[in-house]
Amino acid sequence: MAQAQALASNPTSNITPEKMREGIALEINGRPFRHTGDPDMPLLWYLRDVLRLTGTKYTSDHGLGGADLVLVNNKPVSASSVPMHELADKKVTTVEGLAAADGKLHPLQQAFVDEDAIGCGYCTPGWLIASLDLLNRHPQPNDDQIDQLPNLCRCGCQTRVRRAIKRAAAAMAGGHA
Amino acid sequence: MSRRPDTLARPERRRFLQVLAGTAGALIVGVRFAQAGEPPLPAAMLGNALFDLGAYVRIDADGNVLIGARDPDTGTGVATSLPRIVADELDADWSRVSVVPLGLGVENGNGEPRWIYGHQLGGTGNSIPAAWADLRQAGALARWLLMQAAARRLGVPADRLRTQGGAVISPDGRRFDYGSLADAASKVAPPTAPVAVKTPDRYTLIGQPAGDVDARAIVTGQTQFAVDHYFGDALVAVLVHCPWTDGTLASKDFSEAEAIKGVKVVELKPEPGLLPGETPLAPSVAVLAEDTWSALQARSKLKLEWKPGPSGSESSAALEQQATELVNTKPPSPKDPNAKDVAPTTRVRNDGDVDGMAKKAARRVDATYVQPWLAHATAEPMNCLARVDKDRAVLVAPTQAPQRAWSVVQRLTGFKPDQIEIRVPRVGGGYGRRLDHDYVAEAVMLAKLADRPVRLLWTREEDLSHDYYRSASVHKLSATLDRKRQIVTWDQRMASASALAQRGAQEQKLWTSEVDVNQLPAGLVPNYRSDWYALQSTLPRGPHRGMPHVSNAFAVESFVDEIANALKEDPFDTRLRLLGDARQVPLQGGGSFDTARLINVLKLVADRIEWKNWLRTVNGLGIACWHMDGAYVAHAVETSLQGQKLNIERVVCAVDVGRVINPLGLEGQVAGATLDALSAALNLAVTFKDGQPQQRSYKEYPLASMAQLPDAVDVIIVPGDRDPAGASFLAMPTAAPALANAVFRVSAVRVRRLPLMKELLRLL
Repeated sequence: MAQAQALASNPTSNITPEKMREGIALEINGRPFRHTGDPDMPLLWYLRDVLRLTGTKYTSDHGLGGADLVLVNNKPVSASSVPMHELADKKVTTVEGLAAADGKLHPLQQAFVDEDAIGCGYCTPGWLIASLDLLNRHPQPNDDQIDQLPNLCRCGCQTRVRRAIKRAAAAMAGGHA
Repeated sequence: MSRRPDTLARPERRRFLQVLAGTAGALIVGVRFAQAGEPPLPAAMLGNALFDLGAYVRIDADGNVLIGARDPDTGTGVATSLPRIVADELDADWSRVSVVPLGLGVENGNGEPRWIYGHQLGGTGNSIPAAWADLRQAGALARWLLMQAAARRLGVPADRLRTQGGAVISPDGRRFDYGSLADAASKVAPPTAPVAVKTPDRYTLIGQPAGDVDARAIVTGQTQFAVDHYFGDALVAVLVHCPWTDGTLASKDFSEAEAIKGVKVVELKPEPGLLPGETPLAPSVAVLAEDTWSALQARSKLKLEWKPGPSGSESSAALEQQATELVNTKPPSPKDPNAKDVAPTTRVRNDGDVDGMAKKAARRVDATYVQPWLAHATAEPMNCLARVDKDRAVLVAPTQAPQRAWSVVQRLTGFKPDQIEIRVPRVGGGYGRRLDHDYVAEAVMLAKLADRPVRLLWTREEDLSHDYYRSASVHKLSATLDRKRQIVTWDQRMASASALAQRGAQEQKLWTSEVDVNQLPAGLVPNYRSDWYALQSTLPRGPHRGMPHVSNAFAVESFVDEIANALKEDPFDTRLRLLGDARQVPLQGGGSFDTARLINVLKLVADRIEWKNWLRTVNGLGIACWHMDGAYVAHAVETSLQGQKLNIERVVCAVDVGRVINPLGLEGQVAGATLDALSAALNLAVTFKDGQPQQRSYKEYPLASMAQLPDAVDVIIVPGDRDPAGASFLAMPTAAPALANAVFRVSAVRVRRLPLMKELLRLL
């Protein structure tokens, strides 16, 4: 009888439940990460100093210039302005996450290569992210829509970026995406 | 920036290539510039030839070719164009070429540095001309060795063989891949004299378009700039500089900052043993931390009070007033000495008799142009990764001049030349800022203080507020014309604070960074005078892209338009009359400029922009031309005005640089420099109040947005066969005056003060 009672009791009660996991869980370029450091740390420094994903650049203290742009849940966000605690369960895409797993470039990346839309290259990742967001919103953007890109470039690659965006738009419309 | 006297960059006079040929089945032409008479290095001493000895050309047994790129690429494309010069001489298959950026090539020559790669300087417009002079030998030599190896294998004389696409071709048409010959070629005795380089009809890559070799890595975020490098044990350092270069720290409280875990705060002062441009720009307080976020937080918690030095009383407004007074004085006359008159600091040029002929002239035109202080605002802020051990220093530095960076490290460490390693990855913009190495000094000083490697990062605020600025300038131009509308006299007075004044240059040389003795219209107007007045200022100055042509071309090419307007003449015709017949005009200091080449680029842009509609179009058309360093450029701009909104509708630029190495790269440089120049001319100015720059963010120093800039720049490249001239800033000088001239046509407002938008809105 006593034996039967023991069998009837819930065996799982002997297992210590797992503690709530600490930190901030988020997805970056399709992979899960958990940040256990300062929740106020801006995403930029998490990407660069912790994960060594250095494609996202620092150019200014408040994200002006656009070299620190990433996509958060498919919306462009300045990585130097968004703290990690706002990113729980969010999906982040950086420039390192644009190409396919097999290394095939995204049509937009390919268009930047084909148009040689590169000056020194430092601000290029930010242009790619902003342009990708533009194409997400306007698959065939006109010049006025391209004009709204927030990025700055001292090398003066803007005219080539414009060509690259149009080239990518054409390629993606043609089903090459 | 323009070329300036620079002992470090000057190539050694007698030098030749040494072949450091091979190991392990690979042909390595580890080119090395040595003093004549110096014995060649034995192959056994090669070590890691790839990185230590400048593998300009390495051909592996599998046929893959590696070519080193010696000049820092700041976005000028030299990491692509220089290796293509070598690859063309080699007759390599470009699809099998990889490019590796070379660090500083330095050896110990009895305690003195020996620069074994020759020229290692980026963004000064000299990379391609220098490479043309010496780097072609590297490819030619490797090709010669491969042909010798093939000749031996086939038993035919080498002169019956030819090369194509990475292979030696036998007389009967068989192909021998370079890879299969590499091992044998590495054992061929090198030639005793330089081998012949190709004749232009045999170029396969030179003149053909090529995309940036780093493009794929850049668009995938894989390219590592200096700021992206880490040493595992390095501390992050961020600074707060004193607002004044000559100020001091009056009071400090580091306690809140040091309460953050792992943070240490130290003071850093300019180092008396370092030269200007090497020593920190200003005293600073540095936060050292384990990561950037901790460092930035600690930085914001520093409580600092700074006391200004003498520069604390300076303002750009007062300096402009002084400059205006200077250009409006008359040189003292020997007959009638007037106490108020001030002699120019330097009479740069004085052809004919300006004063005498001006008295007889039929009419006179005067105008004064005012241009602001400018910052560099490189995309990648100043930074440097430095490790200083007991007997070795390793740096990853974003520099345009690794040899100068080496000097800084050497002075701070006392190390022997080869104990200092400087790695130079791709650089996030230079524009002259990284010809100076104050930030390198700071990183080395901090690494020594901390006894740990240090990753120094300047914030954007530090970057904009602590710069070697381009000086403001005031240009007073006067011309007189005869009854036949010919320009008889040209009197130009410029006042600026010389970029060389703080660099120990002699007073009689200070003008050289500010005005070009041969700039237009020198040599074209019989009575031509150029006076330069030194503006005294303690504000830090330094090289700036396109200097001194950018400011002077704006004044001169605006003024030519004003003369045309006074004559009621088409400004294109005025320029053609000024340039006159096709001829060589001698330059002071040697050489000549070719009016035919300048007329050609002018006509090309006029045709393309349909200049014949100049008077008819409701939009405004403007044009400008310039020559410098053997290269020729012209811009034509079309603008429209809708209320207060200025639109740049079309921009055409024609350039003649002689032989073009990479037309796609050149087009990028020309379009890029055009946009850079337009951005500065439209929007940018640094103003100083109480000795401090008032612009500390991109909001206050607003590089032009995409919407402000033209949608396209139509670039026309004149083919040529003369030795190539540099092009990294060729398109800078004429963009702004062509814009201002177009704005005048569309608005009737003559903008004589930059930035243009502010002045236009004031005058409209």
